[in-house]
Amino acid sequence: MADIYAYITHTGGVAGDSSLEMVNTAKKIDAGAAVTAIVTGSGADVDKVADEAAASYAKVLKFNTDALAYPNAEVVRKLLINVLPKNAIILIPHDTFGMDLSPGLSIKLDSAFVADVVGIEEVDGTSMKVIRQEYSGMVSTHVTVDISNGAVVNVRPGAFIPDESKSVGGTVEDKSGDAGDLSVNRTFLELVEAEVGDVDITKEDVLVSVGRGIEDEDNLEIADDLAKAMGAVVSCSRPIVDAKWLEKSRQVGTSGQTVKPKVYLACGISGSFQHMGGIKGAPFIVAINKNVKAPIFQVAEVGIEADILDFLPELTEAIEGL
Amino acid sequence: MEILVCVKRVPDTAENEIEVNGDGSDIERDDLVYSVNEWDNYAVEEAIQICEKVGGSVTVVTVGDDESEEVLRREMAMGADNGLLLCDEAFEGIDGKQTATLLKAAVAKGKYDLILTGAQADGGAGQVGGMLAAMLDVPYASLVNTIDVDGDKLKVGREIEGGNQEMNDISMPCVLSIQTGINEPRYVGIRGIRKVASVEIPELSASDLGVDLGDAKVKRQDYFVPEIGEGAEMLEGSSEEIIAKLIELLKVKGGLK
Repeated sequence: MADIYAYITHTGGVAGDSSLEMVNTAKKIDAGAAVTAIVTGSGADVDKVADEAAASYAKVLKFNTDALAYPNAEVVRKLLINVLPKNAIILIPHDTFGMDLSPGLSIKLDSAFVADVVGIEEVDGTSMKVIRQEYSGMVSTHVTVDISNGAVVNVRPGAFIPDESKSVGGTVEDKSGDAGDLSVNRTFLELVEAEVGDVDITKEDVLVSVGRGIEDEDNLEIADDLAKAMGAVVSCSRPIVDAKWLEKSRQVGTSGQTVKPKVYLACGISGSFQHMGGIKGAPFIVAINKNVKAPIFQVAEVGIEADILDFLPELTEAIEGL
Repeated sequence: MEILVCVKRVPDTAENEIEVNGDGSDIERDDLVYSVNEWDNYAVEEAIQICEKVGGSVTVVTVGDDESEEVLRREMAMGADNGLLLCDEAFEGIDGKQTATLLKAAVAKGKYDLILTGAQADGGAGQVGGMLAAMLDVPYASLVNTIDVDGDKLKVGREIEGGNQEMNDISMPCVLSIQTGINEPRYVGIRGIRKVASVEIPELSASDLGVDLGDAKVKRQDYFVPEIGEGAEMLEGSSEEIIAKLIELLKVKGGLK
């Protein structure tokens, strides 16, 4: 079995949740593997994250240089090409950074690439069988990956249970001197923070959230009416913001806001993992959708098969009549 | 600016219920409505807008079969100048790396300053753009939601977690994967489609492209519907009954104020 590596993302001196999740991903690939974590960045934060990672990984390779201050995927890719051995299996979180980094990395390492892995079924010789999803999570697939030349495996955040044991007691090696040439043709300039909207959906207890099923901008009125009757606030999924029907600040999901309501009414929302990634705190989720196959029904507590354009006005009227 | 946009014909998930067929070998393809991958449509619109500002031309390319030509025509009706169809029986069941290999060969037949893809398509991998960039040895940025042309460089914004945006300078030629919401794709009417109906679209086979695809390293074995937890308790009955039940539940859970 090839050596397994895990790339640790971090912000503000704290490792991302995927750090502990990938410990279990690696175990599914090779239960006895001594996994090596890779931590890159600049300054004291990197030392802190590397020490933290050593509790869960047998070895931690630390790269602490100015060129790595911001995780520009072009720079990190170059580093990994310089330092990873041939045939390595490297686990990377499938977030906006991993999506930027990994496909090109697999080409440069001449290894296989598999994106957004939600499960590892088995490894049989040089064939690794994984589980992925297609069509926005509506169907799952078993995929075999030829790992004879190694593999870049992008792991969906939250798909694997974190290993909280932190009892490995690994060693940290400062490899900053081995980073090699890190010059690239893409320069990070700045981060632009998301605009603050008229309402803060992250602080609301009850959200009436609308998706593609609302069909038309004019129909948003029925969601507004329901929200008013319930004392709730309207939030939405990505397509509504893409269509410019609501402000970005109303969007729930990994690329929008992370909300922690008590009650979440998902109206005409299919429930992609990017959307569900923005819902925390285990709220009571009610799914209303005319497509019973929508993934939202797998995560909701209560489901209603209905066209929201008919159902929401009826519900509003009933609540107003209480 | 010469821009190549890679597009794909996919089942439209907004219009279809995607279901697994009887033996799990495929999804049910009968009666599926196909369209251009949504992300790709934003990419084509962006390319057209860039050329409207700074001049140049837009070529749309796809790897597919005869039916894929319809999405090329649709994007040409939108305003793309040229279409290019990479089509061969040998392309069936290819993986992302093989797709990128074909596109690389197509890129070599032209001279492009900028190559755009959608950030992802039906398979959800979001891999072809990044692979193509690495094969071409040019810089890459994914999930791009703003592009400003600045001489021989571009200033691009990437959509990252939390709705924040990461700004980058990137030199050309480069490959960018485009996120939805970057623009408002223009409407394509029947009249527009008719206008390009008879335009010749060149077709290139494996031998025209001169590529040896080798074996796919990543192969889909089957489709299945996972059983995740117990799933939702479905409320049944007349709509009055369903609403009555729902209101009781909402009261208990604090959903009504």
